[in-house]
Amino acid sequence: MVDLRELWEFRELLYFLVWRDVKVRYKQTVLGALWAVLQPALFMIVFTLIFGRLAHLPSEHVPYPVFVYAGLLPWTFFASAIATSSMSLVNNASVITKIYFPRLIVPLSAVGVGLVDLAVASALMVVLLAWYHLPITPFILLGPAFMVGVMLAAIGIGALLAALTVTYRDFRYVVPFAVQLGMYATPVVYGVGSIPERWRVPLALNPMTGMTEGFRASVLGHAPPWTLVAVSAVTACISLAAGIAYFQRVERRFVDVV
Amino acid sequence: MSSNAVGPVIVVEHLTKEYMLGARARGYTTLREAAVMAVSAPIRRVQRLARGESDVGTRPFRALDDVSFTIESGSVVGIVGRNGAGKSTLLRTLSRITEPTAGSIAIRGRVASLLEVGTGFHPELTGRENIYLNGSLLGMRRSEITRKFDEIVAFSEVEAFLDTPVKRYSSGMYVRLAFAVAAHLEPEILIVDEVLAVGDAAFQQKCLGKMQDVGRGGRTVLFVSHNMSAVSRLCSRGLLLRHGRLDFDGSTLEAVTRYLAEEQRPDALRWETAGLRRRLDEYGELARLTVVEVRPASGAMTGFRFGEDLRLSVTFLATSNIHHAAIGVGIDDLFGARIVTFNSDEAGVTLTAGREQVYTVNLCIPRPVLNPGRYAVSCAVLSGARILDFLPQAGFFDVQPIRADTGEHFEPSAGAGPVRLACSWEIQPVGSSMIPASVP
Repeated sequence: MVDLRELWEFRELLYFLVWRDVKVRYKQTVLGALWAVLQPALFMIVFTLIFGRLAHLPSEHVPYPVFVYAGLLPWTFFASAIATSSMSLVNNASVITKIYFPRLIVPLSAVGVGLVDLAVASALMVVLLAWYHLPITPFILLGPAFMVGVMLAAIGIGALLAALTVTYRDFRYVVPFAVQLGMYATPVVYGVGSIPERWRVPLALNPMTGMTEGFRASVLGHAPPWTLVAVSAVTACISLAAGIAYFQRVERRFVDVV
Repeated sequence: MSSNAVGPVIVVEHLTKEYMLGARARGYTTLREAAVMAVSAPIRRVQRLARGESDVGTRPFRALDDVSFTIESGSVVGIVGRNGAGKSTLLRTLSRITEPTAGSIAIRGRVASLLEVGTGFHPELTGRENIYLNGSLLGMRRSEITRKFDEIVAFSEVEAFLDTPVKRYSSGMYVRLAFAVAAHLEPEILIVDEVLAVGDAAFQQKCLGKMQDVGRGGRTVLFVSHNMSAVSRLCSRGLLLRHGRLDFDGSTLEAVTRYLAEEQRPDALRWETAGLRRRLDEYGELARLTVVEVRPASGAMTGFRFGEDLRLSVTFLATSNIHHAAIGVGIDDLFGARIVTFNSDEAGVTLTAGREQVYTVNLCIPRPVLNPGRYAVSCAVLSGARILDFLPQAGFFDVQPIRADTGEHFEPSAGAGPVRLACSWEIQPVGSSMIPASVP
């Protein structure tokens, strides 16, 4: 379905598009790439004050800041990847109307930029673990696997939204709003543990549920909730396949519409 | 980069491309509009038909209509035709940028298309960074760019500003850098759309030379231009497009001659230009030229008499508020070389255009000095240094070999050039050339 060989041919272009966006994003900023860690860090502080101190949400026996940051890390990656890839085709209209390359490269590069930010933001995770003297267990090796799951879901949903935004500019307004709401449908500020048992599997239909819970468990040093992870892995793969399928069905029309 | 076997590298069969024209100026819709349209469009269509109007609003427009041709390896092919004849659409479909409605294209070899100079240049990035970005977009490998980097920089003549963001470049530097990257592409098939229209004359010559080298190197080049002298010089074969159809396929000389004779016949003095697809995306976005008209006082059908005031009018639609909008009118010869330019802002005439307002700008050139012959009018809407819309050779007119003042027949000698300027002559005897006899 996807011409993987052609995508591979254009891997350097993908690299340059990611490189361009990272570079441009932090040009003329004083703090530069620090912004990638500052955003989740500020969210962490605010959420700690509101949900930790004020609302006393349970945080599975670890300090709330670590708990919420371990959730914010995958969520911020997902949210920014979705938000930028949904606008990516429209923003790159001047290029895609002049040069041929596999169109999928465009939303992929948006996800790639999110990956770079994720790498920067992960540094604070390490600092937090050390600061609170939390043990690092072999489970942490699973962390990247969950991020791959997040990435697959982000590619699928991002490609779908990018294609939809080309024809229906409404999504320009829908996406930021949906992303904001989506965080509350994902165990970021709360843990799945505080959800009634029977609602956990339906909640895992959101691919981010299993991945966020799994990532947090692996970082905080215990076994991931495998059932939830399995359900979310399936929905992540479905979003990937469906998103790319829709994208490819309409990609030849982009240029005439964008 | 290995297939230098002889044989066809491009086979185009029954290529057709349709656009829905007139339905909307812009392709995209919002969900609400789509819903409203779905309900109201059929009703309005019925109303329109009931009023006896044509159903043109929803009729597809054929930008390309059953075009077939074959191109052999190593040939340099010029594609000529009027604005809207389908040249750019043909290049876009050949470059796989847009999908044909019907027909097939088979291409053998690595294709690079240059539909615009500096595609993907990012204003915030430096010259060095943009070389890599643009090169990669045009299909070069990173190692290839690194290898040719010094050559590219030397060609562009912007060494000193390599680490300056290109947003601080002059437009000339920008174009030179962009073309330098493109000139170092080594594809088997190169597709070029009128990119030579930009840049100063010296640089244009350099670029033409480079393109000639590409052709001599045994690679295949497809080249669209309004510049007939460039086409004649570069190309070994010419395709003439007319209303989306392939009108002629053969020698460059004949294609150019036919184009000049047929396509540029001033069969009208008024040209509607609203429906044309613009060459660059930014053109036509804020303002759109809709009508270009030449108005001979005599009411003649083909143009002006020699020395008669040239009256032109240009109508444009402002799609947003524009400050200091100005109109530029250029008169070109049939080979695409500019003879003279008139910019209204240089005469202190600008206007603040309001959104969705239509303006007609009249230009009178009193007692022009254009020799009898055929000329093209190019028009632009400007705002400061920005070009908002631009139509090269939007229309054509003749200056007839009749003097406007006396009505006498008047024809300059062949090769006299496009203008006749007033002058005065004086002859002074300065003595004999014979060596004067020695003074006693």
